[in-house]
Amino acid sequence: MTDSAQSVLIAGQKEKVRRGLDRRLRSERRFRAYGIVAIVLAILMLLFLVGTIVSNGYSAFTQTWIKVDVLLDEELIAPDGETDPETLREDGDFRGALIETLVADYKPEGRAQEDLLVAMFSTEAEWTLQRHVIANPDLIGRKITIWVKSSSDIDQLTKGAVRRDSPESGRKLKDLQLRWYDRMTAENRIETRFNSGFFSSGDSREPEQAGIWGAIVGSFLTMLVTLVLAFPVGLAAAVYLEEFAPKNRLTDLIEVNVNNLAAVPSIVFGLLGLAVFLNFFELPRSAPLVGGMVLALMTLPTIIISGRASLLAVPPSVREAALGLGASRMQVVSHHVLPLAMPGILTGTIIGMARALGETAPLLMIGMVAFIVDIPGGPTDASTVMPVQIYLWADSPERGFVEKTSGAVMVLLVFLIVMNASAVYLRKKFERRW
Amino acid sequence: MKHTVTFATVGALALAGAAGQAAARDQVRIVGSSTVYPFATVVAERFGKSSKFKTPVIESTGSGGGLKLFCAGLGVKTPDITNASRRIKKSEYERCTKNGIKVAEFKIGYDGIVMANSKKSGRIELSRRDIFLALAKQVPEGHKDGGKLVPNPNKTWKDVNPALPNLAIKVLGPPPTSGTRDAFNELAMEGGCKTFKSLKAMKKVDKKRYKGVCRGIREDGAWVEAGENDNLIVQKLEADPNALGVFGFSFLDQNRDKVQGSIVDGVPPTFENISAQKYPVSRSLFFYVKKNHVGQIPGIQEYVRAFMSRKAIGKRGYLVGKGLIPLPPAEMKDYISAGKSLPDLTM
Repeated sequence: MTDSAQSVLIAGQKEKVRRGLDRRLRSERRFRAYGIVAIVLAILMLLFLVGTIVSNGYSAFTQTWIKVDVLLDEELIAPDGETDPETLREDGDFRGALIETLVADYKPEGRAQEDLLVAMFSTEAEWTLQRHVIANPDLIGRKITIWVKSSSDIDQLTKGAVRRDSPESGRKLKDLQLRWYDRMTAENRIETRFNSGFFSSGDSREPEQAGIWGAIVGSFLTMLVTLVLAFPVGLAAAVYLEEFAPKNRLTDLIEVNVNNLAAVPSIVFGLLGLAVFLNFFELPRSAPLVGGMVLALMTLPTIIISGRASLLAVPPSVREAALGLGASRMQVVSHHVLPLAMPGILTGTIIGMARALGETAPLLMIGMVAFIVDIPGGPTDASTVMPVQIYLWADSPERGFVEKTSGAVMVLLVFLIVMNASAVYLRKKFERRW
Repeated sequence: MKHTVTFATVGALALAGAAGQAAARDQVRIVGSSTVYPFATVVAERFGKSSKFKTPVIESTGSGGGLKLFCAGLGVKTPDITNASRRIKKSEYERCTKNGIKVAEFKIGYDGIVMANSKKSGRIELSRRDIFLALAKQVPEGHKDGGKLVPNPNKTWKDVNPALPNLAIKVLGPPPTSGTRDAFNELAMEGGCKTFKSLKAMKKVDKKRYKGVCRGIREDGAWVEAGENDNLIVQKLEADPNALGVFGFSFLDQNRDKVQGSIVDGVPPTFENISAQKYPVSRSLFFYVKKNHVGQIPGIQEYVRAFMSRKAIGKRGYLVGKGLIPLPPAEMKDYISAGKSLPDLTM
């Protein structure tokens, strides 16, 4: 072979490589573009989702109040002249006093118009008045000015969620009510305030009185039970399986089963809870105790799997060094391996808990999907949880619940973000690289 | 590690202790129909606020699911009251009696099932026969009485009835698990089906086939299952002015600025028409009380009285504002007095 022939051959090969290089670079650029498109799509969808929820739900955090002048007529409120809290609570006709004053001010004609006037105020107004008078009994007999909650329909009107230009037959609010409303606005009697009741009261069928606090307490109690049960059991199982258990068919079988359980649909755990905890152990229905136990079963596989992965990530040299210095296997685990693996285990636990916080399906079977007004006081009181509250509100006919639903979703999202962010923080803070 | 073990033990003990206390119950427990749920919850909330008793806990399990739990037996683990959007069945009643349960029955009012569309398009006037012909799986060939049953060929409302607009048939409705769907199938579909004499005659010969034909809803896309959430159906109707939706009257009442109810058999779905039982697609709502629990669990009798009062279910009662349609005066009077005496149900 001559030199020239060889150089032709090399040139040919170079040419071939160059052509191939272009193609390869093109395919790389394409692949990068696909990746960017995928991420942009995901971000857009997330923005759309969060945007819809926030635009629907931010108004749930405000509430319309109306200023009324109420004559605290002794005849109605303290007919026997007794002004101790007990008598006032039982015998005082605060609703009557409120209506009497309103009727005198706005002069509705006939019972039907009176009803329309009363319907502009929340049914909670009488309780607000009652509380105020019980706290200040010397006001009885005088005319006082007090702010009370408006009804949900008026609230929606103030927030611009109701069209007032449509024909009267097509609206919940009548022309007369709109006239009264305009008069109140002109007299500066309408005010929008922060809706603190949303964060302090339980469920209600009146949108303006409904709050998420009962569900938050329920979620907290449920999560507490879940954590108390799932974390120690999951941790012990993970440590035993990873550090002590012999590798044989039995442990393989257990491993396969744990992995399987992690993928079982959550409703199955609800069915198990119904059959075992409610029907066999006869634990109370709708209780956070049972909810927590069911969710603990659901979370266990996640904790075990993430725990084992973190334990496995601790280099064998750490164990060997400890053993070489005379530590027992128990000491190796508790003094060296576990502290090193803890950030990973905690991350897994928090992510499992965050998933449990968002579950409704298993709770349906054990009666936690229910209308519960009273704030639960302990793990055996009937209660509901945040995602269930969202589901129940989404299903309510009243227009006011649309914003409450989105508002509750925002609260739940904040909790989830806090939990997941703390998982990231823990990992970053305690993570060690080898 | 040591701390974890202690923590777990303390936790387990605390849980065991808490479980031990839960034997008695001081709260009325109610299950049952999702249609009655919005009314029962309002009564329960007011009852909780105005009485010395705790607010009853209400689960929405569906009428059938509620009666199943209710009739399962006696004791604090079983519900005290169940709501139903239909009357108790004979088989359910027998199961209740077999388990030693004494039942009292209360009718609270009516609920209308409406077909509605967006206000952006015109109001539609239908007959039950039109509804059947538009939505049934099989219809008589050529819409003739006695015609051979063929898979539903109708694509537009005009195909069904020349007087109707030339719009593709698209109806959003609840899934088969819903009580609203059951009632719609029974009252609207079967009601239209029965206007064909040949189909009506089938009832005596082959009841199973009759039910299949008269209550079978087409599965070719004209009927869209839109989930149990009626709010969602209302939203979808707003987005699609050509579609019709099927849902309960209370949702129509709350969304009158967005949707309008179609006229069925010449009767618009209004409060007055449903109350007078003129509107054909309406049903009665009930609740059932476990009499054995009265006196055992505090508040049952008082809750029933609060529910069966003019203040609640009367013509100007607060439930009317929530979309309940009250009973005729004579029937209401009977049920209100029954609320005080709790008479035994016999079937």
